[in-house]
Amino acid sequence: MGLFIAQLLTGLANAGALFMVASGLSLIFGVTRIVNFAHGSFYMLGAFVGYSLLQILPGMVGFWVAMLLAAIVVGVIGVVVELLVLRPIYRAPELFQLVATFGVILVIQDLALMIWGAEDMLGPRAPGLKGVIRIMGEPVPTYDIALIVITPFVALALWYLITKTRVGILVRAATQDREMVSALGVNQTWLFTGVFFLGAALAGLGGAIQLPKGGADLMMDFNILASIFVVVVIGGMGSLPGAYLAAVLISVLNVFGVTYIPQSTLVLMFVVMAVVLMIRPYGLFGREEVAGEHGQVGEVERPFKPAGLNARLMVAAFLFVLALVPFYGSTFSMVLITDVVIFCLFAASLHFILGVGGLVSFGHAAFFGGGAYVAALIVTYSETPMEFALMLAPVGAAMAAVIIGWLCIRLTGVYFAMLTMAFAQLLWSLVYQWGAFTGGDDGLVNIWPSDWLNDTTVYYYLTLIVGVGGILLLRHAAHSPFGYGLRAARDSARQAEAMGIHTKRVQWAAFTFAGAMAGVAGGLFVFSKGSIFPSELEIARSFDALIVVFLGGVKTLSGGVVGGAALETVKDFLTRFEYWRMALGLLIIGVVILAPEGIVGSLRKARESFGRINRPEGEV
Amino acid sequence: MTEVLRVEHLSKHFGAIKAVDDVNFSLKQGELLAMIGPNGAGKSTCFNMMMGQLKPTSGAVFLRGENITRLAPRVIWRKGVGRTFQITATYQSMTVVENVQVALMSHNHRIFSFRPYAHKLFRDQALGFLETVGMQDQADRHAAVLAYGDLKRLELAIALCHEPDLLLMDEPTAGMAPKERLALMQLTASIVRDRGISVLFTEHDMDVVFGHAHRIMVLNRGRLIAEGTAAEIRNNTHVQEVYLGGGQLYKKSEEGSINA
Amino acid sequence: MLELTAINSFYGKAHVLNDLSLSVERSEVVSLLGRNGAGKSTTMKSIMQIVTPKTGKVTFLGEDITGMPSHRVAKMGLGYVPEDRRIFTDLTVLENLEVGRQPSREGAVTWTLDMLFDMFPNLAERRQNRGKELSGGEQQMLTIARTLMGNPRLILLDEPSEGIAPLLVEQMANVILQLKEEGLTVLISEQNLHFAQIVAVKAVIIESGTGKYVGSFDDLNAKPEIRDAYLTV
Repeated sequence: MGLFIAQLLTGLANAGALFMVASGLSLIFGVTRIVNFAHGSFYMLGAFVGYSLLQILPGMVGFWVAMLLAAIVVGVIGVVVELLVLRPIYRAPELFQLVATFGVILVIQDLALMIWGAEDMLGPRAPGLKGVIRIMGEPVPTYDIALIVITPFVALALWYLITKTRVGILVRAATQDREMVSALGVNQTWLFTGVFFLGAALAGLGGAIQLPKGGADLMMDFNILASIFVVVVIGGMGSLPGAYLAAVLISVLNVFGVTYIPQSTLVLMFVVMAVVLMIRPYGLFGREEVAGEHGQVGEVERPFKPAGLNARLMVAAFLFVLALVPFYGSTFSMVLITDVVIFCLFAASLHFILGVGGLVSFGHAAFFGGGAYVAALIVTYSETPMEFALMLAPVGAAMAAVIIGWLCIRLTGVYFAMLTMAFAQLLWSLVYQWGAFTGGDDGLVNIWPSDWLNDTTVYYYLTLIVGVGGILLLRHAAHSPFGYGLRAARDSARQAEAMGIHTKRVQWAAFTFAGAMAGVAGGLFVFSKGSIFPSELEIARSFDALIVVFLGGVKTLSGGVVGGAALETVKDFLTRFEYWRMALGLLIIGVVILAPEGIVGSLRKARESFGRINRPEGEV
Repeated sequence: MTEVLRVEHLSKHFGAIKAVDDVNFSLKQGELLAMIGPNGAGKSTCFNMMMGQLKPTSGAVFLRGENITRLAPRVIWRKGVGRTFQITATYQSMTVVENVQVALMSHNHRIFSFRPYAHKLFRDQALGFLETVGMQDQADRHAAVLAYGDLKRLELAIALCHEPDLLLMDEPTAGMAPKERLALMQLTASIVRDRGISVLFTEHDMDVVFGHAHRIMVLNRGRLIAEGTAAEIRNNTHVQEVYLGGGQLYKKSEEGSINA
Repeated sequence: MLELTAINSFYGKAHVLNDLSLSVERSEVVSLLGRNGAGKSTTMKSIMQIVTPKTGKVTFLGEDITGMPSHRVAKMGLGYVPEDRRIFTDLTVLENLEVGRQPSREGAVTWTLDMLFDMFPNLAERRQNRGKELSGGEQQMLTIARTLMGNPRLILLDEPSEGIAPLLVEQMANVILQLKEEGLTVLISEQNLHFAQIVAVKAVIIESGTGKYVGSFDDLNAKPEIRDAYLTV
């Protein structure tokens, strides 16, 4: 009994930081409609800044002053990010901003590395709260008790601010209709900046107050991201009580999980989320998001037609050049092009579901990594020929997509996005924690192709044929009646349902198809590398594909492929430098600000403004 | 004339609010029936229940004698009910003719086909429907750049695709200029005549209602308070009180014949 | 008081307003008439700077407001009531009004909650209800009340009679006449000539984003050829 209560209290204490970070994320999303991926980075910065402040501020007063100062410093950093990165692109298409916030993650990662170094830092104990209290014989840290007491006050203060004050009313009004708020005389730009400050400060406070319990390290940003998304989804987007309850639920479960089922701590969180969402699709306290039918900001996508003769000839010529690479190129260039083609297929499959289908998936790596793992596991555990394993990769990925799709398709917009990400994380944690079967962190190695394919040149051709074939298949699907049905469901689900189209089923099928194609890419990937690690299932991998699709241009059919080729090539070049993350992050932010239509979209715009082509109906 | 639609004791309650309260009516083949009433009287709720978007609290809807209550919108559509929306719903990323083609693909059960070049499928047929509503010359324009009145006509073409027996039109002329209104209603009336379909529509423009409806129903606070011809409705004191007002503001129609 | 000089506004690539000029004098009720798509709503948005005119000038109280952010335009005493009842559906009636509140302004009526609830008795009964629980007509009234909370000197009403029941159209006309009595300057866009005539004295007709006629309604009624050419009654 004593242990039970002690664990309950630990869980409650852990919930504090989680709640603060998650409520900040929810607040920022509510007003600005930006899914701030960099929120985990603000949390990490809070920990590092707090750590440094504690070096100069001694004593009990010093400790709490340092906590508050850390929050303020991170809040100011949030404002800087908002002013420099986000303000120029508020008018860009919705969700495009998230690519910019991903760039911010990369920049902050390298900045933290420069300033604080690569070593993990142990947080100092809080002065005056170093001891433990014995509850039924079990020790409970005094600091935990302090956190349990403080968190509800923070929550109450926030709740009061949002529901009772004029600022809160304005914030809620802006959540619904920013333009109207502005037309009523409220300076919404500063309202945004204020909300960003508050959201970032909450994340920073969360990072700082967990110092005595967890310290500071460079992995914190991604590590907390999945948890806060889960909390926000379980609690219900935009609901403070929901966020608090969900944070408590997740934290308490986590503590008990560590004790009783240590093998499944990571999985547990996602299982809880799946169960909650099956009963309440919009979270415990959330309300259905009224997804605007014309929710896309900016220009509407143009009608598209199959490529004309010129374009086809150009693509054919380009493929011919690629086919000849083994005769004049180096082995290195073949390996690079193999990587690029695989990545392009992965990106194209995401583009199909995201661009054509309008379903923003944050967890597409589940099917890429999933396909790769299916192939690798089959080869490892059975005497299956590699050719057959390669064919099973998309089958496995499609099966995963059928299940995940069934659970996710019911939701729309940002709920769908977060749920897909959570399922990808579920898959990742399964692979990561089920070491006996999947090799865990050590991955699976010695996954080589059959002898006749085990040659860079031959595998190069295999990749080229399968990869390009897959991309063409995706394009064909977009031009098929199925593709039209999918676009119909995206443009106006209301009309599509009223004309006999089972929109959810169409989207489910498209999700599965895209998953299968990502599985093909994963299969090609694992045999080209000879090994597979859980990192191929990570959030970062999903984001890679997302960034590529957005950078290439969501509203253009070739956006995914062009973006994929561009990013993979640039990355190959940049990773030779020490601070390549920062360079890549700045590059991404730059593209987002300068080319808000994506590469293909902006090129098309530029070409049109030169007046050489004047057919808005055409499609690249 | 045969009865196409019958609504029996239809009710919808949201908590304590009775949005629609025991509504009964029927619609004959070839009839143009208007449903009018103040905002919030339950017209849209009624429509959404007939079309399957909302589940009624109680009551039933029959289409040619078959109970279609609680069926999904897409199933009701397949049984021969078309609709147009108060706020237009079209596929903004497609061309005008492609919008109609998608409806034809759905009608012919081709949505799950992967055979490419959908833009060639049913094109001629789609052009035919566009001709019916007078939009054939705009067939290859981008739907996103259409004027509002044209979007409404496009919706009508889409709704005709599966040769429906019944057409539900929610405020078909909202947001249109008077002349466009007249043109759209004349078009609708001619479709009713030529194809023998029945139309149920809601509307706030009294010129449209009194000028075109064969019969008019008035809804107020979820209840049917009056039913009859234009003259009967116009002179009904209860209807004047809750909806029409003193009549000082109706637009005097230029034809003069209607509002004499 | 308000003057538009040769403004040109675009929606994406569409050229909506073409060298449009018009002016509104203090305490005047002016009606902006024109067909659907003639550019009435864009004119309103261009005055509010929600759409920024590419060329031309908008002056209010003698000051050039072209390109100014909308919130500063509103702060100068320009009230805007949009055509599509954009109330905040998740906020209560009182909270909606709070969003519109601005400090009192010299030379303009200072509206209190009591005054507004006198004018819109329906809203008084529903002050704690959320916007989405109101009927369409009540929402329309709330948009106007919300804008009045900003104590505007000039109020822009975009198609107030569109899509509401005839009875409410009459109420709306009464409200506008009341505003006129309070000395407010009103620019109202309408398709309904009859309604416009009841509330306004001066008419401005636009077609394809260009001004076609300016004058009194009496004068307009004497020139049926203009009415028929641009208004398609």
